[in-house]
This record gives sequence, C-alpha cells and structure tokens, in this order.
Amino acid sequence: MTTLPPLRGLAETLGATLPPLLAQAQHLAATIILGEHGRRQSGMGDAFWQFRPAMAGDSLRRIDWRRSARGDVPYVRETEWQAAQSVVLWVDGARSMGFSGAKARPPKSDRARLIAMALAILLLRGGERVGLSGGDVPPRSGRAQIDRIAEGLLDEAADYGAPRPEGLVPHGRAVFLSDFLGDLAPLEIALGRAADSGVTGALVQVLDPAEEEFPFDGRTIFESMGGSLRHETLRAGELRQRYLDRLAERKEQVQALARVAGWQYDCHHTGQGAQAALLWLYRAMERRR
Amino acid sequence: MWVIGPIGFTAPLILWALAALPVLWWLLRAVPPAPVRRRFPGVALLLGLRDDDAETDRTPWWLLLLRMAAMAGLILAFAGPVLNPVQRQPGSGPLLVLLDGSWADARDWPRRAERIAAALEDAGRQGRPVAVGLLADPPAGPLAFQAAAEVRQRLPSVTPTAWEPGAAAVTWAQGLTGGFETLWISDGLDRPSRAGVLAALESRGPVRVFETGRPVLGLTAPAHQDGTLQITARRAGAGALADTNVLAIGPDPSGTERELARAPVSFAAGDTETTVTFDLPPEIRNRVTRFELEGIRSAGAVALADDSLRRRKVALLSGREDREGLQLLSPTHYLRQALAPVADLIDGTLTDVLLASPDVVVLADVARLTVDEEERVADWLAKGGLLLRFAGPRLAASDLGRAEDDPLLPVRLREGGRTVGGAMSWGEPRRLAPFAEGSPFFGLPVPEEVTVKAQVLAQPDPDLGERTIATLADGTPLVTRKPVGEGQVVLFHVTANAEWSSLPLSGLFVQMLERLAVSARTAQPGAADLDGTVWQAAQLLDAFGRLGDGGRLAAVEGATLGAALQTGETSPRLPPGLYADGDRRIALNVIGPDRLLGPSVWPARIPVEGIALAHERSLKGALLAAALLVLMADILATLALTGRLRRGVVAMLAVLMLAAPQARADDALALRATVDVVLAHVITGDARIDQVAQAGLKGLGDILYGRTTIEPAEPMGVNLETDELAFFPFLYWPVTADQPMPSPAAYRKLNQYLRSGGMILFDTRDADVAGYGSATPEGRKLQMLAAPLDIPPLEPVPADHVLTRTFYLLQDFPGRHVGRPVWVEAAPPDAEQAEGMPFRNLNDGVTPVVIGGNDWASAWAVDDRGVPMFPVGRGFAGERQREYAWRFGVNLIMHVLTGNYKSDQVHVPALLERLGQ
Repeated sequence: MTTLPPLRGLAETLGATLPPLLAQAQHLAATIILGEHGRRQSGMGDAFWQFRPAMAGDSLRRIDWRRSARGDVPYVRETEWQAAQSVVLWVDGARSMGFSGAKARPPKSDRARLIAMALAILLLRGGERVGLSGGDVPPRSGRAQIDRIAEGLLDEAADYGAPRPEGLVPHGRAVFLSDFLGDLAPLEIALGRAADSGVTGALVQVLDPAEEEFPFDGRTIFESMGGSLRHETLRAGELRQRYLDRLAERKEQVQALARVAGWQYDCHHTGQGAQAALLWLYRAMERRR
Repeated sequence: MWVIGPIGFTAPLILWALAALPVLWWLLRAVPPAPVRRRFPGVALLLGLRDDDAETDRTPWWLLLLRMAAMAGLILAFAGPVLNPVQRQPGSGPLLVLLDGSWADARDWPRRAERIAAALEDAGRQGRPVAVGLLADPPAGPLAFQAAAEVRQRLPSVTPTAWEPGAAAVTWAQGLTGGFETLWISDGLDRPSRAGVLAALESRGPVRVFETGRPVLGLTAPAHQDGTLQITARRAGAGALADTNVLAIGPDPSGTERELARAPVSFAAGDTETTVTFDLPPEIRNRVTRFELEGIRSAGAVALADDSLRRRKVALLSGREDREGLQLLSPTHYLRQALAPVADLIDGTLTDVLLASPDVVVLADVARLTVDEEERVADWLAKGGLLLRFAGPRLAASDLGRAEDDPLLPVRLREGGRTVGGAMSWGEPRRLAPFAEGSPFFGLPVPEEVTVKAQVLAQPDPDLGERTIATLADGTPLVTRKPVGEGQVVLFHVTANAEWSSLPLSGLFVQMLERLAVSARTAQPGAADLDGTVWQAAQLLDAFGRLGDGGRLAAVEGATLGAALQTGETSPRLPPGLYADGDRRIALNVIGPDRLLGPSVWPARIPVEGIALAHERSLKGALLAAALLVLMADILATLALTGRLRRGVVAMLAVLMLAAPQARADDALALRATVDVVLAHVITGDARIDQVAQAGLKGLGDILYGRTTIEPAEPMGVNLETDELAFFPFLYWPVTADQPMPSPAAYRKLNQYLRSGGMILFDTRDADVAGYGSATPEGRKLQMLAAPLDIPPLEPVPADHVLTRTFYLLQDFPGRHVGRPVWVEAAPPDAEQAEGMPFRNLNDGVTPVVIGGNDWASAWAVDDRGVPMFPVGRGFAGERQREYAWRFGVNLIMHVLTGNYKSDQVHVPALLERLGQ
C-alpha cells in the first residue's frame, strides 16, 4: 500500500490472481503433514496433552474432577505448551522478480508468493502469528490472516527490491524471499537490524534457470526489467563464464550475510517444484537454536 | 542484344545497376546486424564486463560479400542473360527452305519442323517470299515463291520420305533459275548427290545449312548365320554414343503384334558398325516380321524380315528305309543335303509329322498311304500345305492314280513309266526343255548336264498342259503341280536321288526347290536370281518406319528389284517395303548391304547451325534461383551472428516441413486407432458435448478394462469429414440440435462404414420425452441426420435380442435417463422360436445402429481421477442406475466385437444333444 491512487487497480489485478494463488498455496501446504511442529511438552495451550497424578503444589483448580472421580487419585489435566511465534515474511515484489526465462515457467514472483503463502498457511495452521514486513500487515494468528497476507503481497515499481526491516518483531522469525540480484546494502542493513533485535530467519533466493545458465549468444542488449540498467555486448556467449562467476560470488555474499546474522540461506530455482523449498523453509522455521 | 563470349543479354541497360554495388557495399557496411533486446534481471551482474576483442560493430566482410553476390545475381538475372544466343541476321530476297526429306530426317522431324517454322516466321517478318522443297521428292516445275504465311499453312503436309535423294536431285537443282538464298535443312548423312546440289544452289545465292547433330542409326537386312539371326546396325559418325536395343517384333500366337525378343546394341568407340545376334527358337523366329531400333522413329531403324528369315519346316518321308548304310542311294539323301542348311527338317511317321504342322511334306517314292493318313494329308493340304512327291520304283510299280485322279497326285500316271538311254534301251538320256513362261521356274537357266534316264509318265488328260510346270526336251512332263484347297501337290516325275536322273546333283535342283518355296535362300537374291519374276508391293514403309499398304504401286520387274536389293537404292518408283510374288516375300530395306552411313561434310564457307550444338538457353531462372539461395544463406548467417540461429532454423524447417505433415498425421491417426481397440465418438462441434462423450467413453473403457478382456485404449474424437472411419468398431454419436450436417462424401464414408460392420450409437440425450418423433430439437435433428444413412428397419430391442445377454443379462438400458426404449435393427420376419429354445434364432451380424436418448455418455463419464463426473439419480438407486448404464455399455461393446456369438451359445445344448445321438 505504498501508493494510493492505483490502489483499486492493484487490488483488482491482485484479486484476479488471488484465488488461484490461494488455492495453489493450500494445495502445497496440504502436502506437508502437520504434527511435527508441536512442542511436545506440557505448558500453556488449548490442546490436551496428558493426565498426571496431582502432586503437592498443584493448585486445586487444576485437578480434573471428572477423571479423578474414576479413580482414587486426583489427576491433573495438562495441556500442551503452545508458544506462538511471530513470523514476518518479506516477498520481493520488484520488477526483477517478474522475469521468466521460458514461456512455460511462471515468473519468479509467482513462485516466491506461492512459497510464502503456503508457509503462512502452514504456520497459521500451527497457531503461529504471521505477518508481512513493512508494518502494513502485522503478525496475527487466525485464518483471516491468510487473506490479509495475500492482499498484502503487492508488486512494486522498483527494478530491484530492498527488504523493509520495519515490522520485524523482536525475537521473532523472519523470511525474506527475493532474487537478491540488486544492491546488497539494504539487505545488509536489514539483516543487521534484525540481528540487533534478536530476529532469526531464512533467506530464500529465487532464481530462474535462465539466470543460472545464461543461455544467450550473439549481439545483445540486456536490459533490467524496468529498463533502468542496460548493458550491450557483441558476443553474449563469451560473457557467460564471467557472469556465472559473478553469480556464484553474489550467492556467496548473500550466504555470508546470512551467516553473520545467524540466518539460514537457500537457493531455489523456478525450474524445480515448489515443495522442496517449502519443506526446507518449514524445517528452518522449526529449528531452534 | 549485347553479347560477351557465349552469353548475351536481352536487357543490357539493367547492367548499369552493377555500378551501384559499391554504394550498397558502403551502406551495408555502415549498418551492423540489429542487436537483440533482452529483459534480464541478471544485467546487474553484467555491468562493467567488456567484450574481449573490440570488434567493430559493423557487418563482417563475408556477410557483405554474400549480400553483394545476391544483389549482383539479381541484377544479372534481370538483365536477361542468354547462353549461346542465336544471332539472327536479316536477309533479303526470296528464301528457299530445302529439305533432304529422307528417312534420316524422320527421327528429329519435330525439331526440323520447328526450325522451318522459325525460318518462315523470320521471313514473314522481313516480307521475303519463301518456297519449301524436298530433295528426295523434288517438286515438278519451277520454284513457286510465296508469302511466308501461305507456305506456313502448307507446312504440316510436308513430310519426309522413306528414300534418299538420288541423282534426280542434282538434275533438279541444276534446273533452278533466279537468285535466292537457301536454308538447307540437312539430314546429316553423306551422299554422292550432295556436292552437285550444293554447287547448283551456291550459284543462285548464299546457302545456310541446319543440322541437328544427332547421330543417325540404321539397321540392315537380317541374315542367317550358323543357326542364329544376325543383324547389323550402322551409325553415321563414330563419335556420339548411341546405345540402344534391337527389338524383334512380330505377331504373338493370338495375332497381336508385340515385341518377341530384344538385344542390346552397343558400338565400340570409333566403330560405325556392330552386329547383333539373336538366337531364337524356330517357332518365334518364324513369327518375326521386322526388327527395330528401340526408341528411334525412322525407316532406317527398321529392317523388314522376309522369306530369307523364315526357315520352313520340312517333313521328309521315304518309302524305303531298308537299305542301311547306302546313304548315297537313300531316296532322301540329296533332299536332306539341299534342305538342311535352309530349313528345319522333321523326321517321323506321317501322322506324327502332321501334328507338327510342317510347311512342306516330302514323300520320296511313297506309293500307298492308309485311308486315315490320306484324309489327314488332304486336310493339311486344304489348309495351305505343300505336298512334294518324288517318283521312284515303288510309285511306278503301284497302281496309284491309274484309273482315276488321285487327290494326292497332280496327274494320272501311266503304268510302268519309261526308261530312256539305259544299257538295254534305245535312245539317249533326255535333257530338260527351257522353262515356259508362267512356270514358277521361268528364268532359271537350264544346265546342259542334267539328264533324265527314267521317269513315270503322265496320262494325257485334258488338264495335263496347265498342270505341267517343267518338261523334258521331248515334251514329256517332268514336274507337275495341282492346287488342292489353299495348298498344292507337286510331283517330280523322277526320283529324289540320282538313280533316275542327274537333276538332284545339279544346282538347278536347289533353285527349283527355292522357287517352290520349299527352301529359302540365305543370301540376298541378286538381279539374276529374280530374273523373269514380277513383284507386287505388299506393304510399304514410310519415313517414320511404319508399315502401310502398298496397293497403288505398279508391279516391279524381278531384275530391277534384285538390283535395288544389292545396291540398297530406293526411289519413289521403288520405295522400301515388302514385295510379294505368290507365296514368296522379299523385303527391300532402306539400308542395303553396301550402304555405309557417314556424316555429312560441308565446306568451311557454308555456315552450319545446329540444335544440339549450341542451344539457346535463358539463364534468368537459374540466376534468380541462385540469388534466392544466397539470400537464404544470408538469413541463416545473420541469425547466427545475432545468436538467434536455433530458432531461425526451427522456423525454416517448419516451413519446409509444411508439405509433409498431412500424410504423417494420417499415418499417426491410423496407428493410434489400430494398435488397440479404440472407442470413438463423433465430434459434434459443441465442445461441452464432445468433452462429455470423450469422458464417457473413457469411463466405459475403464469399466471394460476392469471387467472384461476388452482393453480399449484412450478414446478418440472422429471428424466425419476428414478422418478414416474404418479403424473404429464403434462410434458414439451424441446428437445436438445445431450440429452441422455431414457432407455427401462423409455420408458415403458412413454408409460404407455401416455396411462393413461398424456400429453407431445415436444418443439424442433428451430422455426421449415424447417417444420417437420430432418433439425435441434433437429428435428432429436425428431424423435429418439419419435420412441419408443406409439404415435397415428398426424395432425396440426385443426381450430376446442378443444385446440383452452378450455379457450381463439385462432388460433395461438406462443412461442418465431411465427406461425409454432403445431401437435396433428389426429381426427378420421369419425368425421363429424353435421348440424348447429360450430365444429366437435371430439374424446374423451386428445391428448397424442403436438409437436411444438415455444420455449414456454422461452416465459413463469419469474425470481424470476416475471419479464419475455427473450425478445419476438419487443415492443408492442412482448408483445402481449408473452400474446398469455401465453394464449396457459393456454389453454393447461386446455385441460390437463378438457379434451374435452369445446368440449361438444358447444353441450349444441342442448341438451337444444332436452330437450325442
């Protein structure tokens, strides 16, 4: 919701794509079997965990009389500990994410949103609070949050996206999905601030196979998706090796940034299925240090 | 026209455009190939990378060269280049177009005629009077020069002749007056008259010569050599390759003319003559009427066969075979000697040899034949046989033909015969008298040494004179002849050996046999051989080697013909062809034994033009095509430069392949439809209906796969107009109100399909709300659709129809709708229920149509996961209805594939019972 005037148009275009996105995300989320996310210990929560004999020090109010009446020993009903985490997602909506190397492949942004939505659905189902960075959609729990997140995933006009550290919940979790091909300085700042406030999380670099292979040849003018950058070459084929070197270096840098901040890093290609990335992310969220 | 070397340009001014090529060079050089624009997020990583070698962004030189070549090719092409241009020089004054007009002209006649037409056209444009003349058939009177257009009209009537110009041509040329230019269309053969004619023409004006330059080939008369037929092919000039075949042509047993044998002709380099050998069985050899060079239409390429080729079948029989070892005394020894080289001899009993249908039967001193033999010989004689009898002691001693005329003897014989000049008689042996006119032997010289010592004598009957064809000096008949039916009987009143006369020892004996057409000569007859005979043209050759009727020509003296045979000279008075004298045939061929073919030689001052030597040929098409190819290469090169080669090549291949895919698609369809059983539905054009039909057949296929041994492949939609129906055993045809009517061609296919055992299930899908009629749009449409179809009378499915029990026992055929009657082909009216049988003995075969409105496809339809697509009925009853719908489908497909097999099954108990008895 950065700009107000095209709000309606944006909303409508988004609305057009939302149902399929949501449906896809639901499908994707359905493939992950829930249950491993439970805390596996008694604590504050709604779900029943176990009955245990009452011990000295247990408050009288906690005794489950219905269970105790069946025996001679009073029992206490324990619930499973549920500690709601706050997870903040940032999905790069910049124009560079709109790239697709082949007609059959969806653009990177579609894949990034799909993964983000599916993750959000999974987390919300697990009782966590999920929101978007930037403060527009603060972390909340509940099914309605899915729609709010879906609506909050917007395109941006910039060529390359920069993460917005606002809205990160201290000691919470964060997930950044982007191609990380633009300037890395904003990412560095954002990660620094996140580390400062104890936020851990994961970086997912979404790349198109064409960006990994650089299958170009001949005289070519390369332009960024928004047209702000251009580079002309007579023999694109000869640039391939140097490009690949630079790409590897870029991945290295991103990974280094993540490591410094205590985050995890994964590179996902749109040529592969989304499930692997989702599974990795889900585990990354579960992991505790 | 502007000419450089062998190339001329019809529009040379366009060549100035070549001057613009350097400008083009400069322009093309300045414009590099356009870059590709790509949106690519990774550009951020590319910034700052430089190309390794700083190549100028100009077009590379080889691409420039390619384009310049294409442009130059285009310019040259439009300038109208012509290879070997013909320079037409304007002439003036009258023009004589003179043809040799011989058989050698015939082969290239169309091209010569074209050249004449072109000359006439030129002359017409220049307003020159023209005359056309044939040297072989010189026009009488002075040359009549006329306007070219008029001469042109008469051109089709100018045809070559079968003979060659002779001395008459020179005389004619010398008699020409006035000045004119001559275009001499030469046949390319050297001949003595040419120089004289040329000199005469040159005295009248300039002479140009036109020759085609193709080799002239010819065949000479065939001849026997060591039991094989040899025929000599000649050619003019040793240079050009002229390999072809010689065909032996003649009537086959049914009388149709056809090729009987063929042999290749190949000239060794430098040779002008080669010999071809045919080794043919006598049956075939005697059928050959002519030899031809394959593929050459010319009288010279035809050699007619005559008597010299035929070897007659002669049966030799004698009455005395008991004196073994005394060969010289054998009655047939001299006959054998005379005939063996020139005829095929048959030995055996008379009955046997008659079965071989000989041309001649020789009876040497055979007196008595059985009645049966006599009848057979008489039959054979009546059909054209020649019975040649020799006298001898037995004949003289028998009383054959004493009292009455014997059918197998030409004259009646007197008892005993006579002996003259023997040891016990007075007088000397008699000599032969010269042959009288009218005798077949007329003209043969009578040698002095031939004497007759003994003979049988003829009764002096009234017709003895006309039956006598040779006499002794004292007038007694020596040889008599009598026609019997189409054949004849000839009697030599002496023996066939040297016992009674020295005739068999002389050359005259052989000649007499020849004249009687008993034997045939091996060499060409000379003037002396034919002296005293008169020959009538039976068939004549025209210049193109076709045989025509020879009726109008006056008869020819044998001597003249003999001379012509030797020299090979033919003329309008004596054209080549087949000449006949009685039974004998002589072929006068175009090329005599002494005629050697040689190419014509012209003095250097005479300009000779030819067709084959330098053919005018436009290079425009070739150059344009080459330029186009270069431009194509340029496209590829440009694509390669800009890195878009792969896509470009794919596109080009796609364009190239456009021609092929139809057939491939057909094959693919056929393959897909025939590898497995494929259920098919008719494509109605309504996407929804078609989809349901497809899903329905898929559901039915799954059920069949699961429950029966039918394992259908994925169902297919069938376009009635374009697809072949024969592959599909079953068509489901959902009827929609607005589907287009099939074309007449499609109806033909459908009827063919129904007749050849296909089945169509029509489904109006309207639950048939008003019974059969036109209550619903679909019902009306069905009536329209089915009207042109070849559908038999229908009836609602009877309770004992085989459809009710092919797999499941059913009495109801629900789909999504229930309980409406389903219509099938009516049972024959005479179908009756046999005693003790549960069912009638119904018709064979499969009902070609099943018509209903229960919307079966919807009931059958399943989606991709195999789950039913549409609800049927309510709850459990609905599922039961769907199950019955599936069962109906199973029964239907079983019925299609197994016919009335189940109907026959019910008779098994009865059959077994009968077998037991």
